[in-house]
Amino acid sequence: MLAFLLRRFGQGLLVVAVMAILVFLGVYALGNPIDILISPDADQAEREHAIIRLGLDRPIWIQFALFARSALTGDLGISFVHGTPAVGLILSRVPATLELASAALAFSVIVGVSAGLLAGLKPRSLLGRSIMAGSILGFSMPNFWLGLMLILVFAVELKLLPAGGRGETQAFLGLQWSLLTIDGLRHLILPALTLGIYKASLIARLAHAGTREVLLQDYVRFARAKGLSQRRIVAVHVLKSIMIPVVTIIGLELGSMIAFAVVTETVFAWPGMGKLLIDSIYRLDRPVIVAYLVVVVVMFVAINFVVDVLYMLLDPRVRLGRELRQ
Amino acid sequence: MSQTRFGRATSEFCESRAALVALAVTLLLVVLAIAAPLIAPQNPYDLARLSILDNNLAPGSRGVSGTFYALGTDDQGRDMLSAILYGLRLSLFVGVLATCIALVVGTSVGAISAYVGGRLDAALMRLVDVQLSFPAILIALILAAVLGKGVDKVVIALVSVQWAYYARTVRSAALVERSREYIAAARGLALPQSRIVFRHLLPNAFAPIPPIATVQFAHAIGLEATLSFLGVGVPITEPSLGLLIANGYRYMLSGDIWISFFPGVALLVVILAVNVVGDRLRDVMNPRLRH
Repeated sequence: MLAFLLRRFGQGLLVVAVMAILVFLGVYALGNPIDILISPDADQAEREHAIIRLGLDRPIWIQFALFARSALTGDLGISFVHGTPAVGLILSRVPATLELASAALAFSVIVGVSAGLLAGLKPRSLLGRSIMAGSILGFSMPNFWLGLMLILVFAVELKLLPAGGRGETQAFLGLQWSLLTIDGLRHLILPALTLGIYKASLIARLAHAGTREVLLQDYVRFARAKGLSQRRIVAVHVLKSIMIPVVTIIGLELGSMIAFAVVTETVFAWPGMGKLLIDSIYRLDRPVIVAYLVVVVVMFVAINFVVDVLYMLLDPRVRLGRELRQ
Repeated sequence: MSQTRFGRATSEFCESRAALVALAVTLLLVVLAIAAPLIAPQNPYDLARLSILDNNLAPGSRGVSGTFYALGTDDQGRDMLSAILYGLRLSLFVGVLATCIALVVGTSVGAISAYVGGRLDAALMRLVDVQLSFPAILIALILAAVLGKGVDKVVIALVSVQWAYYARTVRSAALVERSREYIAAARGLALPQSRIVFRHLLPNAFAPIPPIATVQFAHAIGLEATLSFLGVGVPITEPSLGLLIANGYRYMLSGDIWISFFPGVALLVVILAVNVVGDRLRDVMNPRLRH
């Protein structure tokens, strides 16, 4: 088991290293940052001074070597635009994104599982059919357009909820959270809904298929024959087994929420790291783009690793299978 | 054999009224997109024909020169109906092109990988694993940002994201087929390897692909719209549906909602119709669900 963990860990490190190289090379091709960052009416001396200060006069491999050396110490360069360390800038935006992604994930799991369960129990009913039709609509809806329409209805027409921003935040454990204030929660609802509906639809379909499959199993029939109430059969026997696939994808879904947050944050001007990425792409702020990608890759590899370990701990078949093979 | 299998799949597909309607809508949209230059009231790319005085007109109003705008106009005085037809044309074009290229690349890589096996197979599948562990939107966004704006660049970004799905699916089907007698027979005849892979192995490993390709087509259209909305997709001179929505975003808060609304409806209808077709195809072609 230790060997397995070490091997997964090594693979993770390799992925991080390869992605770092690709990211650096890719972002280097984004354009010539000299033209963007130095004002056209700067004189020659100012230009040269700025180029040396930003390290843009060195050959690309030396730039990469410098980048790699400092990356290992957690220093991914200084933002061209903000003038502060890029990693710090990204990390300062992480709580906002994580808050949004977790809220959306919680919404999608709760709504998705209940809707899928209902539809699976009564597949021929009007409710069941509407849920399944709604789920196709839900995952066909372009994320950003859904956000715009929610803003239109709830912010512009009904004036119930704010159209953008993060609202008032409250400090907790040294970080600022919107979840802890009423105003912050009101700002969180629309973006979390926008981000969550797509995943809720997918989870509903998963739960629907799972429920229909489980209902045909012998142990459910046996529970019925034993005279257990429908409520107990659904709450204990059915729900438990449809949660297995849902739980195993939650970790990966969190990762995909973080990625999709780029779009949602742009629509709602939510000050997370996705919004920072888009702003940095517009301004060709290379260190911030690179830092975002490295931070996200590390996050993904870490999430995958944790999911693997959890999966091994949760599912005895996987655990035993792996040990038997070794 | 294959004729009857195809016939049964067709008749099963037709049992679902929703799927038939979705198929009809998809075909209608394709026809509209192809015929856009003939049926659109205006050429939205021709800036000389636009009247800036007619900007931000509500749907159903008439411009200064008496032109009728069924879906209103945008900030440039562009007729939204024409812009949507041309945008639909571009969105579908990008989706079809990206799906076809990704399909050809992905299925070829998958079949070759399964046939050759060994280190090549391990390396290719490792690449697929790593790529699929990152969300498509993230990879597409970064590639589009690196490559810059342009229809060709968006297509490259979409293909790079989508080939892996086909490669993985075809590989697992081809691994089963590889050990069949007809492959051994083809080898015994000393046929060229490329002929064995592309004429014998690939066609027989192709069965799971159509439903995946349909869903990926819908996905490609959605991704392109997202990239264009974020400003890293198609150029502003030839707006796709996503870019039209982005253009209207600024005016939405002041009440001019139609500039974003109608292109979004068009986009939703396209993706929805294709997804319903794909959903039905998957049900029809999945032998496990057939009882």
